[in-house]
Amino acid sequence: MLRYWPILAVVAALLPFASSSQFLVNLAMLTAFSALLGQGWNIACGFGGLTSFGHAVFFGIGAYAVAIMQTRFGINPWLGLPAAAILGAAAGAVLGAAAFRAGLRGSYFALVTLAFAEVFRILANSLDITKGGLGILIPLHPSLPNFQFADRRGAYALVLVLLAVAMGIAAWLRRSRFGARLVAVRENEDAAAALGIPLVRTKTQALALSGAVTATAGVLYAQMFLYVDPNIAFGAERSVEMLLVAMIGGAGTVWGPVLGAIVLHLIQDTARMLIDTPGFAPMLYGAILLAIIAFLPNGIAGLRLPRRRSAREEVRRA
Amino acid sequence: MISLSILEAGLVNGLLTGGVYALVALGLTLIYGVLHIVNFAHGSLLMIAMFGGWMLVSWAHLDPYAALPLMVVIMFVIGWGLYAGVIGRISGGDDRRILLATLGVAIVLDNLALVLFTGDTRTIETPYQFAVVEAGPLLLSVPKLISFGVAIVLALLLWAFMALTDTGRAIRAVAREPDGARLVGIRPGRIFALSYGIGIACLGAAGCLLLPSFYVSPQVGNVFVLTAFTIVVLGGMGSFPGAVVGGLLIGVTESLGGLFLGESLGPIGISLVFILVLLFRPTGLFRAAR
Repeated sequence: MLRYWPILAVVAALLPFASSSQFLVNLAMLTAFSALLGQGWNIACGFGGLTSFGHAVFFGIGAYAVAIMQTRFGINPWLGLPAAAILGAAAGAVLGAAAFRAGLRGSYFALVTLAFAEVFRILANSLDITKGGLGILIPLHPSLPNFQFADRRGAYALVLVLLAVAMGIAAWLRRSRFGARLVAVRENEDAAAALGIPLVRTKTQALALSGAVTATAGVLYAQMFLYVDPNIAFGAERSVEMLLVAMIGGAGTVWGPVLGAIVLHLIQDTARMLIDTPGFAPMLYGAILLAIIAFLPNGIAGLRLPRRRSAREEVRRA
Repeated sequence: MISLSILEAGLVNGLLTGGVYALVALGLTLIYGVLHIVNFAHGSLLMIAMFGGWMLVSWAHLDPYAALPLMVVIMFVIGWGLYAGVIGRISGGDDRRILLATLGVAIVLDNLALVLFTGDTRTIETPYQFAVVEAGPLLLSVPKLISFGVAIVLALLLWAFMALTDTGRAIRAVAREPDGARLVGIRPGRIFALSYGIGIACLGAAGCLLLPSFYVSPQVGNVFVLTAFTIVVLGGMGSFPGAVVGGLLIGVTESLGGLFLGESLGPIGISLVFILVLLFRPTGLFRAAR
């Protein structure tokens, strides 16, 4: 039964289209959006083991790119989407090339990503083009060509499409030579280098790919909520949300971020019903992260795949 | 044009603030030196220390400087318990899991404080909070002078502890070679918890020293955490003199950054120093004294 839960998830994801309840659509949309964020993190950090604490930098670049292009230059957001993805990939490539060439990994890599996000936050807070701390308001003109939807189901469909693309990329990583190289780098850099895998290039490509996916999530955010400011875009909370979704669901798996997003939103809504104090739900997330690290290092998805996990364990031991 | 006296004031102020930064960074560098992990819960634990000091001052009516030794002991116990009970236990010695565990602890603590104390900022009132002394053309804040002096004394004490006592030697042995230390009868697990406790005890002192001139809120740790990381990286991860010199340098950088670049762009100086050091000299100014 458990093996078929992705089918259940797909059916559940499609159900809101049949209902007119905006609450249900909203819940499904926010869950799918978190899953997309988690998948963006997962591509570099789950598969490649590049623990980033500053992935909000890519999200913010995507959100600000589409907001600025629209409000300043009148560029259609549909064109803004690929442009933002390219910018996200470029940011990932630059950050990756600089950090991995300098040989940063583990704690050091986590620190440099954190600092990168902080630099962008401060810049967004001080520059004219980002309107500083005021943030950018995107005018409301709901229509399909304008990438804004009067019916939430339209936005939800778009989130699902991008999530499907991101999951396609993750599935490709599981099967492709590039993905195998990336996992080899995660499990043992020295051994991977001895096999002739170019470490810097592989890790940089993974970060660029992850940056592109995460930037598309930023575009979606900007178009759904029509507002971006420095803390929304580049704040540490965003980076932590991505990491939590992927880690809790299962880093380095295709379905992990979806599971993680469902679990997080279930907890968030139940926690709000029980004790509606700011901080209570995030406190539970932190506790769950600790529990996951202690008991399920491969996340909830790790429960489902006992055979594959033991194979990976053997590789690690060998 | 910025006049010389403003520049001087900025320099001295930065130096004084740098003293507390150095203390925060000492704890971080000690933990890094022994565990080889950046403690991402450092900012949150500083916040806990500041709230602890704030409670002692406003509920028990202690002077913040009288609360200091008490908070050092309390934070030591919290740090030791946190490592022995949570971080060390759940991570099974795996570096990536320790790193994520410290982040998990940070998330729990930040939000626990938000639940308990709400997001309001709080301050304490002391008769000397606005007191100044004249030194030539400069006016120096008394709480900042005291915090600088106490921080430097505590840094020296910690250095003496590490250099002269058997426990300090055991910590250095584990930092260098855990397996070798085990062979001569040192238990690395205990030393890890002890070092984490001492590192966090530094925050107990730093928290009380900050109270008279700073506010407390659940997010206050974020103000210091990136600064502390920068100092440790600049000084060289695991290096004691590096943490002190780095703390003073960063205090000055921050103060001058604010002076030249303005309030919103000023903090960028620290982040840029951080990234540049990480990319071009990740070993820092001083090599780790192990």
